[in-house]
Amino acid sequence: MRQVGRTAWKSVEWVLLAAVGLVFLFPFLWMFLTAFKTMPEVYQFPPTWWPESWQLQNFKIAWSSGPFLTYVLNSIVVAGGILILQFLVAVPAAYAFARYRFAGRSWLFGLSLIALMIPAQVIFLPVYVEMSHWGLVNTLWALILPFGASAFGIFLLRQSFMQVPDEVIEAARLDNASEWKIMWTIMVPMAKPVLVTFGLFSFIYHWNDYFWPLIMTNSDSVRTLPIGISMLKAAEGGKQWNVIMAGNMILVLPILVVFFFAQRHIISAFVYQSK
Amino acid sequence: MRKAIVADDIIHAGNPERQRITECQLNVIEKLRPYLYIAPAMIFFSLFFFFPIAYVIYLSFFDWSLLNLDEMEFIGLENFIALFAEEDFRQVLGNTLLYTVSTVGLGIGLSFMLALWLNRKAKVYGLIQAAVFSPHIVSLVSIAMLWMWLMDPQYGLLNAILEWIGLPGYTWLADTKSAMVSLILVSIWKGVGYNTLVFIAGMQSIPRDIYEAAELDRSPWWRTLTRLTIPMLSPTLFFLLVINTVSSFQVFDTIYIMTQGGPVNSTNMLVFYIYEQGMDFYNGGVASAASVILLVLVGLLTLLHFRLMEKRVHYR
Repeated sequence: MRQVGRTAWKSVEWVLLAAVGLVFLFPFLWMFLTAFKTMPEVYQFPPTWWPESWQLQNFKIAWSSGPFLTYVLNSIVVAGGILILQFLVAVPAAYAFARYRFAGRSWLFGLSLIALMIPAQVIFLPVYVEMSHWGLVNTLWALILPFGASAFGIFLLRQSFMQVPDEVIEAARLDNASEWKIMWTIMVPMAKPVLVTFGLFSFIYHWNDYFWPLIMTNSDSVRTLPIGISMLKAAEGGKQWNVIMAGNMILVLPILVVFFFAQRHIISAFVYQSK
Repeated sequence: MRKAIVADDIIHAGNPERQRITECQLNVIEKLRPYLYIAPAMIFFSLFFFFPIAYVIYLSFFDWSLLNLDEMEFIGLENFIALFAEEDFRQVLGNTLLYTVSTVGLGIGLSFMLALWLNRKAKVYGLIQAAVFSPHIVSLVSIAMLWMWLMDPQYGLLNAILEWIGLPGYTWLADTKSAMVSLILVSIWKGVGYNTLVFIAGMQSIPRDIYEAAELDRSPWWRTLTRLTIPMLSPTLFFLLVINTVSSFQVFDTIYIMTQGGPVNSTNMLVFYIYEQGMDFYNGGVASAASVILLVLVGLLTLLHFRLMEKRVHYR
């Protein structure tokens, strides 16, 4: 009897698992399918599941509706620039917090903790005023500089630097290696897994970011991909959902492909903050 | 290379005078070193974080606009008084509260149940976990536009499905009541995967042997759940409550793309309001005052979070 109940539950569970999977994945599949349909097919009710003919030109229309190459390059420069800057700033800070005892250490560390909690949306207005005083509004600098110090990055690296055994550092000091050299050539390579984790987190976060570029830019030459994509919506007449979805694929697909290959890394990068 | 260094050491050792000087200089450098190392980080934090916090408070006492930053007039608390006198703003606060309570409550409840169910070893569960998590790493721009399309009242997939199972179509973003429901739905859909995986990480850090003991005692599943799993997860739960509340306060992208605060102000919330006042209506003072209110709300939550973390440390 109990056995029967268990197999019955097993098959119900499979159905439920499939349902949950569909709820989260089907919208992306729908984006994909819509991106290949013709306009008349998009405005058909009830909708067709499978495109009658696969329209690759939607991607062409989306891509040529604005300077998308510029948007993509800007996105890469901004997300990449932030990542490099964060790395250069976080490594020495994390090394100091992990390896030195100095007056005010815990106080300064606490200050960085606060920085982790207060979101950019709270202080965008004063930062905008600052940027306009410096003449940096509507430049890529305004998109990169405010994120130069990552509290999250400092914490992750500090954690990992603290785990390096003292003997390794002592041995390097006996070899007369300078502190600066120890930091970059011994500590950093040992923290590689953490750096990959943090790199994925930071790049994905800033690649996706919409709010900050929306505030800081107002001309095409400095806009990033999310802004460009969102402007597809504003086209006159009825919304061309097929073209809009094709445009969104440009933004979403790279991230989903990376996620497919580096699932474990990405999940741990995002979930790490809870620990 | 190493030989040369050793030789150098011997020379130094034979010359105490010289050694004292270098030691003294070294000492100063060594004392300063950690401060030099954290200086870049602190400069960035100060410029783009601590100074702006102080600056926004300062700005909230002035009448100013982004059109002309040279003319600022001190008006004391007038921005705050104007803010609370305005009915639109009270509605904005109410909307933010409603949105936050629903998103956080439903989102965390749903994630907890999903986590209890999906926290297993077999491969299928891992796959479903990844599926549920996937919206979390996709840009909100795409998610907002995708759901606008799904929620299209005439041609959208959701109403097609409703019709297919014999239900009337829903108004989604077109109606004052349903627009808020739609935004909450999108937010939960995006956030549930993150919360679920954080819960699962928390569950996996509970020691196995406690469960084995409970099993030996023939404790029924609901008692294991309420007496063991939930109390052991309370730090995780508090963390998620704080994080989710803070991120609900900041909701902007979905509003900006999907509703622009409408219809009739029904989905206008704090950050969108600040944006409109500051960037569209050039009402810098009012926007700063609203920012200060948001800052206080987030600050209180952060403080609460730190208090709880401290307690947790003391327990151990």
